[in-house]
Formats: sequence, C-alpha cells, structure tokens
Amino acid sequence: MVALPANKLEIRGLDVSYGQKRVLRDVDLDVPANQIFGIIGPANSGKTSFLRALNRMDEMTSGMQVSGQVLLDGADVRSWRNVYALRARIGVVFPLPVGLPMTIRQNVTFAPRMRGQKNKARLDELVERCLRRAALWEEVKDRLDSLGSMLSGGQQQRLTIARALSQEPDILLLDEFSIAVDPVTTMRIEDVLKELKQEMTIVLVTNLVQQARRLADRTAFFLNGECVEVGKTESLFHGDHRDPRTVDYVEGRFG
Amino acid sequence: MNAEFDRLDRAWYIDRIAKGLIFLCGISAIIFILSIFVFIFAQAFGFITEDLDVGEFLTDPTWRPTSESNPVYGTLALIAGTASVTGLAMLISVPISLGAAIYISEFATGRTKEVLKVVIEMLAAIPSVVWGFIGLTIMNPLIIQIFDVPMGLNVLNAGIILGLMAAPIMTTIAEDALKAVPDSYREAAEAMGATRWQIIRRVVLPSARNGLTAAVLLGVGRGFGETMAVLMASGHSVNLPTSPFDSVRALTATIAAELGETAHGSPHFGALFTIGVMLLLITFAINLTADLIIRGGWKQRGHN
Ligand SMILES: Nc1ncnc2c1ncn2[C@@H]1O[C@H](COP(=O)(O)OP(=O)(O)OP(=O)(O)O)[C@@H](O)[C@H]1O
Ligand SMILES: [Mg+2]
Repeated sequence: MVALPANKLEIRGLDVSYGQKRVLRDVDLDVPANQIFGIIGPANSGKTSFLRALNRMDEMTSGMQVSGQVLLDGADVRSWRNVYALRARIGVVFPLPVGLPMTIRQNVTFAPRMRGQKNKARLDELVERCLRRAALWEEVKDRLDSLGSMLSGGQQQRLTIARALSQEPDILLLDEFSIAVDPVTTMRIEDVLKELKQEMTIVLVTNLVQQARRLADRTAFFLNGECVEVGKTESLFHGDHRDPRTVDYVEGRFG
Repeated sequence: MNAEFDRLDRAWYIDRIAKGLIFLCGISAIIFILSIFVFIFAQAFGFITEDLDVGEFLTDPTWRPTSESNPVYGTLALIAGTASVTGLAMLISVPISLGAAIYISEFATGRTKEVLKVVIEMLAAIPSVVWGFIGLTIMNPLIIQIFDVPMGLNVLNAGIILGLMAAPIMTTIAEDALKAVPDSYREAAEAMGATRWQIIRRVVLPSARNGLTAAVLLGVGRGFGETMAVLMASGHSVNLPTSPFDSVRALTATIAAELGETAHGSPHFGALFTIGVMLLLITFAINLTADLIIRGGWKQRGHN
C-alpha cells in the first residue's frame, strides 16, 4: 500500500481581488509534497495572482487583497511574523527572466549574501551547486564574473532558477518560465524540474497544456478566477467526469 | 512626367521647413556657448598674455587688485572660499537629497508623492537673492546666537544656504535615476525575501549609481556657479578659512562685486575675466563629466 504524501500546501477558500475586482474566487486545493503541481488556464484566469498569494507577494502589490487561507506545512503563511524568512523558503521564477544587474556569480549569491553569508569558499561551492542543478554550469563556468545580462534569454532563465535555488527553498514557484525560452532549453529545464521535485515541491503555472501533461503529477485548471477542476494530471486529460470547460480547454477548443 | 512620387505637397514643404527651424534652434545652443566662451576668453586675453603670473594667480592668497603701487592677483583665498562653501554645501545636501529621492521614489505613494515633488520643484524655483536674504537676516543672527560668535556671515552660513539651494535639483535628478530602475528588479529581490532596505541598498542604489553620481556632480556645479546667495551669506572677505566660522569670498562673488567698478581693459578687469574663464572651464568639466556618466549609464542599460 502506498502512503499518501503529506500536503505541502493547503489552500482554503482563497480569494484575490485588486481594488473592487475579484480575480480569484474560493479556491480550494492541496499541493502534495515532492510533486510537481501544474496550473493551467487561459490568460487572465488568475494563475499569477494565485502564485503571488502563496508567498504573500500581495503585500508589495498596491491594491491586491487576499483572503482565505494558505497553509504551509499546516500553518497559515499569514501567521509568519517574518515574511522575509517565509519568502526565503519559497523560490520564485518569473515569466521573463529578471537578471539582477550584476554578475552571474553575484546573481546566484545574492540571497545568501543578503543573509550574511560571507565565506568565499561556501559561496563558491553554492554557485557551482545551484548552477549545476539549473543545468547552466557547463555553459558559464568560465565567465562567472561577467554580467548576467550578457547571457541569452534561455540561459538567463536558468540563471534565475539557479538563483531561486540558492536559498534551498522547500517550494519552487514557476510562472510560465518557458515564455522566453527556446524548445530545447525548455526540455532541459523540464528535466531539471523532474530531478528537483525529489527535494522540493514545485508549483508550475504554464500556458502550455502539454507541458503540464509532461511534468505535473497533479494539475488544476483555472478559468476566469475559478478553479474549475483539480486532480491527477491524467484524469484532467482523460477522466470520465470532467467539467465540459476542462475538456474544451485541454483539447484546445478555446483559450 | 508628373508621377505621384515626384509631387511635392504641402506636408513635404512643412516638414522641410520645420526640420530647418528645429536644426537652427538646436545649433544655436552650440553657437551661444561657443560665443560666450570666445567673448570671455577675449576679455581675459590681454591679462593672460601680459600680466598673468600663473604661480601667483593660483597659489597666492592675496587678492589686492586695486593697489596702485603693488597690485597682487592671487586667487588662492577665493578658490578656498568657493571650495569650502561648496564642500560644506555638498556635505549637507548630498545626504538630504539622496534621502529625499529615496523616500519619494521607494516609499511615498499617491498624494504624498505628488505633493512632495511639486514642493521640491517650487524650492528649486526660489531666486538665489531670496536665499541670500535668508542667509543675511535669518541664518546670520541664528548662527551668532547658537555658536556665540561675533559674526554669522561665514562658511557655515553660505554652506547651509547653498546646500539648501542645491538640494532640490539634486533630489529631482536622483529621483529620476531611481525611477529608471525597473520594478522587476525590486520584485525579484523582494520575492527572494529581501527587506525594503536590502532592496534599496543592494539592488536599487547600485543600479542607479551612474544617475546618482551625475545628480551629485550637477549639484556641485550648481554650488560652484552660485553667486548672489554666496555673496550675501559668506561675509565676502578675502580669507583662507580655518574654521566654518571664518568669512570667505567666493570666485563668483568677486566677479559680481568688482566688475562694475573696474576700468574696461585694465589688468584688474582682465584678472576678473580670467577668473571667469577658470569658472567656465571648471563648471564645463563638471557638467561634461556628469553628462558622460549619465550617457554611460544609458548605454549599459541598453545592453539588458
Ligand atoms: N497588479 C494588478 N493590478 C490590478 N489588476 C491586476 C493586477 N495583476 C493582475 N490583475 C488582474 O487580475 C486578473 C488575473 O490576472 P493574472 O495575472 O493572475 O492572470 P494569469 O492567469 O496569470 O494570466 P496570464 O496567463 O496572462 O499570465 C486579470 O484580469 C488582471 O487584469
Ligand atoms: Mg500570469
């Protein structure tokens, strides 16, 4: 008998609005630990807003309000007094690679340095480990001290993944990471993610239905601020009791 | 043959004329600068070639141009006057301006931000004679009272006044530089758990470094060239200052105060214009540096 994995995240009655506009309504779902959790849905369905609610990024977005519960290991993220420590446990990769205006090495060591790590040997070791895990090490090992912005788009996106890994997060949130990345690099990153899920929980927002199908253990389908369906990925694509909107979307009939 | 593509219509002519006029306006700025430079240099030319002793001019603290028997044209005290006042002004205004710029760009929102920006622009528009007046009538007795000194018109007074004068423009330019840092940088750092202060110190300030340096340099240039307020607040006495409570005389103020009483073409007249050339060259160098730094910043950003 297979033990059910513990839930890393439990979302209960999550509402998100910007000013008067509700963009996410009453979302309930569980994200099991050490899995890839896919979120698919057309534009404006609230996927990015969902991710922002997870690590309390709403607090830095003016006008964004979140209500309901986000439980991380059973405890509401809102109960964390130190939101910075919370965010350190949750790595984020944005749709367009945001290389900070510094060298490759400085990009990867940004967060550890910020937390006071000064030991050069440990930082060097960290740089190599994170870049290897992001499948970028071989390409940049000889130019770690050149500007991150000199890399190609796909390399920059892997750099942001390496950076997100630098704090050994429990959770990795990826928001349409492959938007600016070529198909070959996308495949490499997908392989990386499959490896990474042994160590962390991954929430993958994607507008490529097939990407969710390839990677995700479970998938949620968002539409116009509603979580229409959530379940094992295969059952979203082949299940018998699917919502007709889900069927339309995964079969490419709209969006 | 009168093909469609050969017909010159109204829009074509207007475009041509507008182009010409705009070109003239643009080029006129260069012509003005060049002719000012030529004019000032021409006035100073006689003095520079005949009477000027460069060593004395730059290193003698005695400025005695009106002596019949033994005129001395040493500008060291004047240079020291300008440098001490400008230096103190920068000491005061750089931190205030950067602080204000950071507050406006990173913390203030909505109404507060708008009101602050308007107020700062208004401050920048206060005429310098008004600042001089404040130095004379408010700062002077205040300094006498607080520090128990006989005279309140000195380096301290002029430095504070000049600092307050330079602050608005520095704040405005520094704020522009901070505003140019993409929000995505702030967001990425924040998502990694950076605090507000860490974002400012480790991401925003380093990215805006060029613009901030330029802001400071332009502030320095402003202080350097300021005349009226310094004339009124500094005490205007030739002195190598040893403390902030010494009165000094600035290069600019010397020209303003003496030029009217000088015989056209006399060595004194030429000496004042030589000071003018010096000021022109220095402010030119400062502004050029600031400009190059700003441009360098743009180029760098262009690579992203
Ligand atoms: N900062 C904001 N202020 C106001 N409204 C916002 C903001 N961010 C998002 N919205 C609105 O919230 C709704 C959901 O946006 P969200 O970015 O979550 O969608 P998404 O599913 O990620 O879309 P996409 O696939 O295009 O990235 C949209 O209608 C959008 O206009
Ligand atoms: Mg989105």
